Amino acid sequence: MIPRYLIIGVTVLLAVALGMGLYLWRMPGRVERGEPSAANTQPVAPPVSGASEQVTLYVAYDDAGVVRPKLVRIPLPVGRQERAAEILRALLTLYLDKFSPHPLGPGSEIRDVYLVESGLAVIDINAAFADGHRSGVLVEELSVVSLVQTLSANIPGITRAKILVEGRERDTLAGHADLADFYDVPAVTQVVAQLQNAQ
Amino acid sequence: MRWSKPRRSVVPASRRRSRGSLVPAVRAFTVAILLASALLLYSAPEEKRISIYSNAANYSLPVLERNGDEYIGLLEVFEPLGAVSAKANGFHWKFRYYDVESDFTAGKTRARIRGSDFDLPASFLLENGRGLVPLSCLPTLMPRILGGPVTFNQNSRRLFVGNVAVHFTAQVSKTTPPKLVMNFSAPVNPMIATEPGALRMSFNHEAVVAPGSQALTFDSKLIPSASFQENNGAAALVVTASVPLMASFANNGRTIIVEPLPQAVVPAQTASVPRPPVTSNIASPVSGGSVPNIRRYFAVVDPSHGGDERGASLSGQMAEKDVTLAFARWLRHEFEARGIATLLLRDGDNNLSLDQRASLTNSAHPAIYICVHAASQGNGVRVYAALVPGEAENRGPFLSWDAAQTSYQLISRTAGASLVAELQKKQIPARSLIAPLRPLNNIGTAAIALEVAPLSDDVSQLNSSTYQQMIAGAVAAGVADARDTLEAGR
Repeated sequence: MIPRYLIIGVTVLLAVALGMGLYLWRMPGRVERGEPSAANTQPVAPPVSGASEQVTLYVAYDDAGVVRPKLVRIPLPVGRQERAAEILRALLTLYLDKFSPHPLGPGSEIRDVYLVESGLAVIDINAAFADGHRSGVLVEELSVVSLVQTLSANIPGITRAKILVEGRERDTLAGHADLADFYDVPAVTQVVAQLQNAQ
Repeated sequence: MRWSKPRRSVVPASRRRSRGSLVPAVRAFTVAILLASALLLYSAPEEKRISIYSNAANYSLPVLERNGDEYIGLLEVFEPLGAVSAKANGFHWKFRYYDVESDFTAGKTRARIRGSDFDLPASFLLENGRGLVPLSCLPTLMPRILGGPVTFNQNSRRLFVGNVAVHFTAQVSKTTPPKLVMNFSAPVNPMIATEPGALRMSFNHEAVVAPGSQALTFDSKLIPSASFQENNGAAALVVTASVPLMASFANNGRTIIVEPLPQAVVPAQTASVPRPPVTSNIASPVSGGSVPNIRRYFAVVDPSHGGDERGASLSGQMAEKDVTLAFARWLRHEFEARGIATLLLRDGDNNLSLDQRASLTNSAHPAIYICVHAASQGNGVRVYAALVPGEAENRGPFLSWDAAQTSYQLISRTAGASLVAELQKKQIPARSLIAPLRPLNNIGTAAIALEVAPLSDDVSQLNSSTYQQMIAGAVAAGVADARDTLEAGR
């Protein structure tokens, strides 16, 4: 004769084991539901830590076909290279805004900025930036000089700039503006001076 | 200049004299070095090459001189044709092309291919693991390995794998002026250049072969003959003429038409909105012939984009390449109405690379190069001069390809300003800018780009003949006004 207390104890243990099994069986489904969607797989940039500083963005305005300076305050990291990337990302935030003065294609990003040897800055943009860019001499020129001038105005010592797409050289941005060559900062400053006067 | 005076005052008279006497010696030494260098360069033998044409690839390889014989690397010969591998083991060299195995021994003339003996006309050489065979064995060696026929012209060092030769016919039409029409069995893209009294088409990558006879004669006083020449892995067709010639391409590169360069046109008397004349395809302007080499005042107009390269999509149906071509034709019409001969770099839906556009322009030596773009944004016309890349430098008489425009920036900007002034006279909004836009920086003459936008939000205006002609007229007037500047700049 099995004691009654033993039957009750075993029954309770079986019920607990069954409940745990059911819980574990449903767990993966819950985890899947909690994951972000596949479309949003781009890495999220860590929040920038650093004091807010005033920088000058050279913003392109398509309507007038001009580039004009705009003072903004943004938090900037300490490292020179990281600062350069953050400043250009701030410029792109303006361009990707709903009321952008110079709209860029969705997903346009600055992948990185490299400050190498005697004054050379390499700006690496992503494929969405170049592939989604509108085609035209002026509209492409506005993007290029806006990036180069913004960088050189805020990071001292930059004398030349080169633009890469996904780390590779590309002939033009979207069929017009030359990306194969290096940009001389003094020459770009001259172009920007011209581009400050509306048509 | 500021430092020269004090420095001269502290040098003793005796030292100044000795330094002065050294100057002619240094100069003479420098001149001697330069002369010797020039002589060495002039007398340096041209590198020997072989061209191989096949369905897989057309390629050119260097030919090596060893022990008085011509040799070639066997791996390099077969590499573009298929999967190859080679392994050196002491004096033995095993070569494999797909599943065909060959064994060679350094210093020996006997080899084994597909399991049977093969005799080379000279010893096999092994240099740092690289197997070299005598060039003259290729017509017998290659069929053994490939399993198919090859044709080798040893004098010109051109080798044809299979039936890949490109044939052509040539005849001069009885039209006035006469035209030499050459039809090729496959598309060709020769380099075109001028020589005194001749136009030379160099086929460096095409398997073009002679049409029966190497010398062709035509019943024409202007274009009396042509000759087909083959040498050092390349072929050339030289057309002799008594007038300057131009060549144009048609039929997707299968036809080349050579005709006398149009003479400067007498200004038109009428101006009743005609359609601009439409001819065909890419024009390759060249000057030559036995006439004195006078630099004529003419313009090259380049409708940007073309072919697969559509440029900007201006509206649902309107591509930039079509609008630029229409504008360019109007520009030619307006230029010629003002007595300025004009050559369009493309007069059809052809794709030309930026380097080709620059090369064609630079070989034609025009007074001005104008490239045409179109945009849906903005209003009126934007006139661009080149933003020349900073790192490119011209050295002495040699122009850097990327900075060829450097010496012409001033006249380009002056011409641009003249255009803007004329456009503004016609109440067309116009703006002068600098842009990083190729091939402007590759052009060795005055060079500007136009970006034409509609006057309002109505993009369809870009397709309007009236609008196109109005802008073309103002641009042509601007170039005519800048003639003195442009002539001086040449």
